[in-house]
Amino acid sequence: MSKFKSKKDNALPAVNTASLPDIVFMLLFFFMVVTVMREDTLLIENRLPLADQVEKLEKKYPISYIYAGKPARGYEKFGTEARLQLNDKFADISEIQAFISSERQNLLTEDLIPYMTVSLKVDKEANMGIVGDIKQELREANALKINYSVGTGSALDN
Amino acid sequence: MAKRSAPEVNAGSMADIAFLLLIFFLVTTTIPKDSGISRKLPPIEPPNEEDVVIKQKNIFTVLLNGKDQLLVEDELMELKDLRKAAIEFLDNGGDGSCDYCNGGKNPKSSDNPDKAIISLKNERETSYAAYISVQNELVAAYNDLRNKRALLIGPQKGFRDMDFVMMEKNYKDPKFPGDTDKLKEIIDQIRAEYPEKLSEVQ
Repeated sequence: MSKFKSKKDNALPAVNTASLPDIVFMLLFFFMVVTVMREDTLLIENRLPLADQVEKLEKKYPISYIYAGKPARGYEKFGTEARLQLNDKFADISEIQAFISSERQNLLTEDLIPYMTVSLKVDKEANMGIVGDIKQELREANALKINYSVGTGSALDN
Repeated sequence: MAKRSAPEVNAGSMADIAFLLLIFFLVTTTIPKDSGISRKLPPIEPPNEEDVVIKQKNIFTVLLNGKDQLLVEDELMELKDLRKAAIEFLDNGGDGSCDYCNGGKNPKSSDNPDKAIISLKNERETSYAAYISVQNELVAAYNDLRNKRALLIGPQKGFRDMDFVMMEKNYKDPKFPGDTDKLKEIIDQIRAEYPEKLSEVQ
């Protein structure tokens, strides 16, 4: 009898991993399609407030982003008050006009300038002082189309 | 000489490579969620502009103080009541010139949706979350009125069961099968009937 019994019978058979690459590639392609590259590294906390009357920002027109919020962990030396971030660094309110004109120069054609939208990504704990200053600077730079970026949810929960 | 068959490539590390790529993309990318409340800022006016006189009853003042308390027409109000109050004010139709309004025709409130202005004032200490909530409720008041109007006049023009927000969405959608020119006409008509006059005090 022992002739027919092989030693390996007690061991579990190995799991077939031949389709593992296929599964992982599938995941990879999914993420490549639905995500975009990070535009800026955030130096500030950025939890957006909620609202339910939202419109989708149209991608066919150029969008510039302005961030504001409390400095994130690791940047405590910049204080605890809400601060402004343009591109990848902290900025002063007075730099907004220069930022807008450089964004305008990066556009493909000049015809797009009136369609440029400024998306304000402001932390919900920031106060309106900084937002009011940003708005005033944008008016002076004649960038009048703005969009308050918000998360989707009930505004009564803010 | 006999043809030697090509040796098979070892694909055992394929999964590792794919995982590496996957993790790279997970770290460097974000899922975009670009939606928000669109506003248009007023252009800077030349200093010698004449003041326009607006009747007090046509202005709906909303004040948001530094402690995030809401003062509407000089009375304290909860955020959840703001939408209803704004709709009542806008849809009042006090002087009878508005034949599509459903309001109470209170002579002390606004004359016509075309003349009604909502004035929003906030202080520097107001939190951004409270400000966005108020903005959202005011936009919602306009959208509610426009939606009601769209459901009323839409079917006459052949757009059944479509509220205003839906109409705007369809208008922007290039795959919409209906008549976009006609849709634009209705959207413009409703916009003219309930114009969004939201002024922010600096």
